[in-house]
Amino acid sequence: MQLVLFSIFSLLMLAFALGVVLLRNPVSCAMSLVMSFVALAAVFITLDAYFIAVVQVLVYAGAVMVLFLFIIMLLDLREEKRRRVRLSAWVGGGLVVGGFLAALIQVISALPALNVTKPVISQPLANDVAQVGFALFRNFNLPFQIIGVLLLVSTVGVVLLSKKELK
Amino acid sequence: MPTLAHYLIVSGLLFSIGLGGVLLRRNILIIFMGLELMLNAANLSLVAFSRFNLLADGMPNYNAQVLVFFIITVAAAEVAVGLAIIVALFRAKQTTHVEDLNTLKF
Repeated sequence: MQLVLFSIFSLLMLAFALGVVLLRNPVSCAMSLVMSFVALAAVFITLDAYFIAVVQVLVYAGAVMVLFLFIIMLLDLREEKRRRVRLSAWVGGGLVVGGFLAALIQVISALPALNVTKPVISQPLANDVAQVGFALFRNFNLPFQIIGVLLLVSTVGVVLLSKKELK
Repeated sequence: MPTLAHYLIVSGLLFSIGLGGVLLRRNILIIFMGLELMLNAANLSLVAFSRFNLLADGMPNYNAQVLVFFIITVAAAEVAVGLAIIVALFRAKQTTHVEDLNTLKF
């Protein structure tokens, strides 16, 4: 049952990710990316990471994709014209991607330690959000504050970048 | 039951699709979407490792999930700044096609 759900959602995720790369209309690419993120959230749930799944839907499928769609509408992007396909780029890109994938699959299949099924969690009904929150605020408090400063800096940077004329 | 290898292979496939998008597409916004796919592939492998390597008390290793939380935050900040740069670039050049942006090319 777990394997079936995992397969369905990972195949959905990979198919929509392929849609992002292959579709020509930028709006279709963005919608495809949303579906890919939602399917990835479902894969996170098969790993019992409920908090991460919720954050994935809220932040990625919600905020980030709204920003993407907003910019696509703002720039008024049309369907891309069919330009001459550069054979060298496709061969080079295919070689890099294929080589990476082949190396990865070889490494993964050569390691029998990876061939384990999920161990049983001792408290399967424990509050996932509370656990992540404890780790975040007890062990990683300083990085958390630094991330807050980073968000502030990026907000100020975006406001500055969006000004009509920089002085 | 899916094994750790299944999750890692799916994560690798997602990363490859994102990398292919970055290398092959010519629209700068779609290149950005490819970057997001690659970040998500990293998140997926981190969460998989967190679930499969239980701590001594039999709970998942939540440090990995905190790292995923940080990655999502940094990715959101990166998207905001990157899209602002793309808008500024579009204002200056009226294009989002990377082959038309060659003024720095030697």
